[in-house]
Amino acid sequence: MKVTEKDVAYVADLANLELTEDERRGMLRDLNSILDYVDRLNELDTSDVPPMAQVSDRYGVDQAKQGSERFAYASREDILEGLRKSLPHDEALANAPDADEHFFRVPKVIER
Amino acid sequence: MDPIALTIDAARSAIQERKTTALALAEAHYARIQKEDGQIGAFLTLSKERALEQADRIDRMATEGKPLPPLAGVPVGVKDVMSTRGVRTTAGSRILEKYIPPYDCTAVARLEAAGAVVLGKMNCDEFAMGSSNENSGYGPVRNPRDLTRVPGGSSGGSAAAVAADMAVFTLGSDTGGSIRQPASFCGVVGLMPTYGRVSRYGLIAFASSLDHIGPLTKTVKDAATVLRAIAGRDPMDSTSAEVPVPDYSSELDKPVRGLKLGVAKEYLGEGLDDEVRQAVESAIEKLKGLGCEIVPVSLPHTPYAIPTYYLIATAEASSNLARYDGVRYSHRARGVKTLSEMYRRSRDEGFGAEVKRRIMLGTYALSAGYYDAYYLKAQKVRTLLTRDFEEAFRKVDAIVTPTSPTAAFRLGEKSNDPLAMYLADIYTVTADLAGIPGISVPCGETREKLPIGLQILGKHFHEATILRVAHAYEQAA
Repeated sequence: MKVTEKDVAYVADLANLELTEDERRGMLRDLNSILDYVDRLNELDTSDVPPMAQVSDRYGVDQAKQGSERFAYASREDILEGLRKSLPHDEALANAPDADEHFFRVPKVIER
Repeated sequence: MDPIALTIDAARSAIQERKTTALALAEAHYARIQKEDGQIGAFLTLSKERALEQADRIDRMATEGKPLPPLAGVPVGVKDVMSTRGVRTTAGSRILEKYIPPYDCTAVARLEAAGAVVLGKMNCDEFAMGSSNENSGYGPVRNPRDLTRVPGGSSGGSAAAVAADMAVFTLGSDTGGSIRQPASFCGVVGLMPTYGRVSRYGLIAFASSLDHIGPLTKTVKDAATVLRAIAGRDPMDSTSAEVPVPDYSSELDKPVRGLKLGVAKEYLGEGLDDEVRQAVESAIEKLKGLGCEIVPVSLPHTPYAIPTYYLIATAEASSNLARYDGVRYSHRARGVKTLSEMYRRSRDEGFGAEVKRRIMLGTYALSAGYYDAYYLKAQKVRTLLTRDFEEAFRKVDAIVTPTSPTAAFRLGEKSNDPLAMYLADIYTVTADLAGIPGISVPCGETREKLPIGLQILGKHFHEATILRVAHAYEQAA
């Protein structure tokens, strides 16, 4: 077993999830089964292979250019007003579970 | 004229020629939804007000005799992962049960600019994570061809609605096969364009380097028409490509004679259902009969695609889904005392089991001590998988494969075994990882009358080629 109960608790903590006892047991089983399967990647020698984080640095760009130069089409000068206007205050707050007319409201941030 | 079983051109011309109205088509589709969708479950939210307003605008244009735009009056559905201003958008998750977006997804805005009438929002697996639509927070979708079976996923509602004539076409999203696999299961056409071909602005993010928007349609020609309308650079998405958009429809009828089609043994091996294999092999024969040259190709890293995909997609998802904090627009648990308790309990209550599983796997793969072994390793194998395609496409114009190893399975059949469910995507995930386009087109049925899909994969930005092959096959079949 790769993942222990302690690991599940630690990762849940990182992910801001609480999880019930039942969910933690299920997670322990599923993560181990998936990670066992994933282990087959170690059959491949990738020591000389560069990682690929995204597709757009390989295609649809000028391959003769390097780094950010390749994405010249996607950049622009800074402008004061964005491409689209910022949301009005009331619209930005409209979906909040708790807000007054100015701010999002949350429980006390400093815990002591 | 039957107002229901229409293609895009038929609907648009009927309105232009005043044989019907956009309003009548919208109402006929709402009546159909009212009658059929109780047992299918494809729609989550109807946007009647918005639809009727748009229909009215199109009808006024028609009355004035103005030439109508390409999707004028065409009733459509949009997967509920695409933001619609003023219309609830849940991503199939309870955590966004009350979310009303303040802006439109670019693809939806472009559909409407081209005249389409948005009937409503389509059910899907929660945050597009699933292959059966059983992970929706709002109940499953059933396959219109057999109500005991799944429609596929994650764009299950989008596929089912087209199959059941509740919309002329729909938009779906594809991160590991979520347009093509449900299209295959429901017997419709599903197109995943090249990564960057269609803007992702306003698409609720699952895995940003893998997410694609594309159409599910009744015909290949309709898919070409929709792609033309939604494709192209959008300044609001920096990964949308600065590549000209061709007139896909006018390329459809070009001859396929002499095109080289690759067949990869890795896509016809163990785990492939016999009936699916026979259907795909006879489709390949048909294409050969149309003058295509069939060329064996090898994609040797294919067995590593699913593990690579499930590490990269979950890592990106764990980061993207961190935004659901219960502060700005997502569900907040009641009675919480502290900020940290609020985050945890809100996320615990709002997310379903599969989403939690993927957040956990992705967080683990990115965590200190495991990053190199899992996430970085997967990114390197992603390079190898992409090189496989580059190598193959030096020899061929397109590659033909099954879309899914089986036809639609039964509800509940795989829902307790995440790994078995992940394997339903075995023929589709690699195209997402490499960013190449793919289309699924119906190619027959099993003895139980379940649809089978043929997948055609193409080079980056060569949608015109795969559409042409799919169209030729569809016309000949």
